[in-house]
Amino acid sequence: MTDHPFSRRDLLRLGLTAGAASLAGACGWQGGPLQPFLRGASHLNDLVGEGLTSYGLAPQYPASARTAEKDFPGYSRSHPVPPVDPAWALEVGGLVRTPMRLTVEMLKALPRVTYTVKHHCVEGWSAIGTWTGAPLSSVFSLVAPTAEAKFLRFDTFDSGYFNGWDLKSALHPQTILAYAFNDRDLTQKHGAPLRLYSPIKLGYKLTKYLTKMTFTAERAGGYWEDRGYPWLGGV
Amino acid sequence: MTEPHAETAAETVSETVSEDNDESGPGPAEEAPPAPAEPVAAPPTRRPLVKRHHWIVRAAHWANAALLVGMIASGLQIYQAFPHFGLRGGPYYLNYWDGKYFPNWARLGGWLAGGLNWHFALAWPFVLTGLVYLIYLLASGEWRSLLFRPRDVPRAWQMQLYYLRLRKEHPPQGKHNALQKAAYTFIFVLGSLSVLTGFAVYKPVQLSWLTALFGGYELARYWHFWAVWIFVAFTLVHVALVFLVDPASLRAMITGWYRGRFPSHD
Repeated sequence: MTDHPFSRRDLLRLGLTAGAASLAGACGWQGGPLQPFLRGASHLNDLVGEGLTSYGLAPQYPASARTAEKDFPGYSRSHPVPPVDPAWALEVGGLVRTPMRLTVEMLKALPRVTYTVKHHCVEGWSAIGTWTGAPLSSVFSLVAPTAEAKFLRFDTFDSGYFNGWDLKSALHPQTILAYAFNDRDLTQKHGAPLRLYSPIKLGYKLTKYLTKMTFTAERAGGYWEDRGYPWLGGV
Repeated sequence: MTEPHAETAAETVSETVSEDNDESGPGPAEEAPPAPAEPVAAPPTRRPLVKRHHWIVRAAHWANAALLVGMIASGLQIYQAFPHFGLRGGPYYLNYWDGKYFPNWARLGGWLAGGLNWHFALAWPFVLTGLVYLIYLLASGEWRSLLFRPRDVPRAWQMQLYYLRLRKEHPPQGKHNALQKAAYTFIFVLGSLSVLTGFAVYKPVQLSWLTALFGGYELARYWHFWAVWIFVAFTLVHVALVFLVDPASLRAMITGWYRGRFPSHD
């Protein structure tokens, strides 16, 4: 019988973990010195999510399934959100061959994608709405990213809110620069004049009030991502 | 501390016990006819010490207990961000805790991102523990003493009658009685369902087939929450029965060694 020493050591370790876990539960603890470990685990989940997931098309719903607009929340950092600059245009740059400034009219001239899908918020709520816009892939062909471009960074005029994206998710056929919601021009609540939309990401990744779209070699963080939310945010 | 020679002695006893105790009732070596020409043996003052649980089972059991505490506490933190079930705007599914927050002591993570990170970090060890346990049961053959099978239905009924005091003698049993088998089989299924509904909520688009299996994202989230209360109820009954029916089993789950009323082998 050689298993006794193992079991005792194991049990001691487990006891310590259990004790720590219940103590942590008791204080509403965020992790303290364990936070780097938690972030590391979150990063590992991102890698698994990026590497192993198949990006099929998100299920679509009939327009009759839409959530009432009053029940469809739209969060922002600033209250109120600053008015849109009359000279507004989306600046597309970074590691690209042809940097461009795109107006909503120019985007409306690109191929149009429209779908009624479920929106998943990290908070746990879900809502159904119809989004219309230009596929991000069509913007890729306009600006021609260079081989060094590995990530995207989206900036806004909403108090410094920003997001980093992986290119695989950005090239998903349902990832769009949306200018319309439920068949009408985007309202301020939902990110007018232009927002990022995709049914394969959690809501906080779907940057509203866009100003800039930058191709980068390094992974850009994000407003919430830098505060602890999962970076990938894929659903 | 169990001395090596004591273990050897106990092993010998354990073998004897397992041999003449097959399906023979709760007490070890009970009712054995006294050998002729021998004086009637006095009832043993001290039951034999037998090996009951392999260290893998014990490690999995306690790891699982700690992980469940962490998973549930971080889950209650996550719940707080949207304490309803159903599409935004309702109607919301029946839920006693609809719109309610859980007390600070019951939550882990401090805020939504903290809760999520704890939940996702503990989820992998939770799955791993379940797999290690399952593989051990299959490889060792121990599953036979745990899996509830159709033939256990009448036995569970007899056991229930005994607990209701409608039957006098304790029905014969192996390592576990039929009701225990039902409970331990059920709790493994519940753990598996928690994991599956968890994945359904985690990746409702990429695993949309799985999410659809549970009735969609909102229902998957609802079942995931229900699993918590079944786990809590199970744990309360489980711990109560340890102390009421077989306190010796607590030691067995800690050290592996058991000196109690029930057989340790089928």
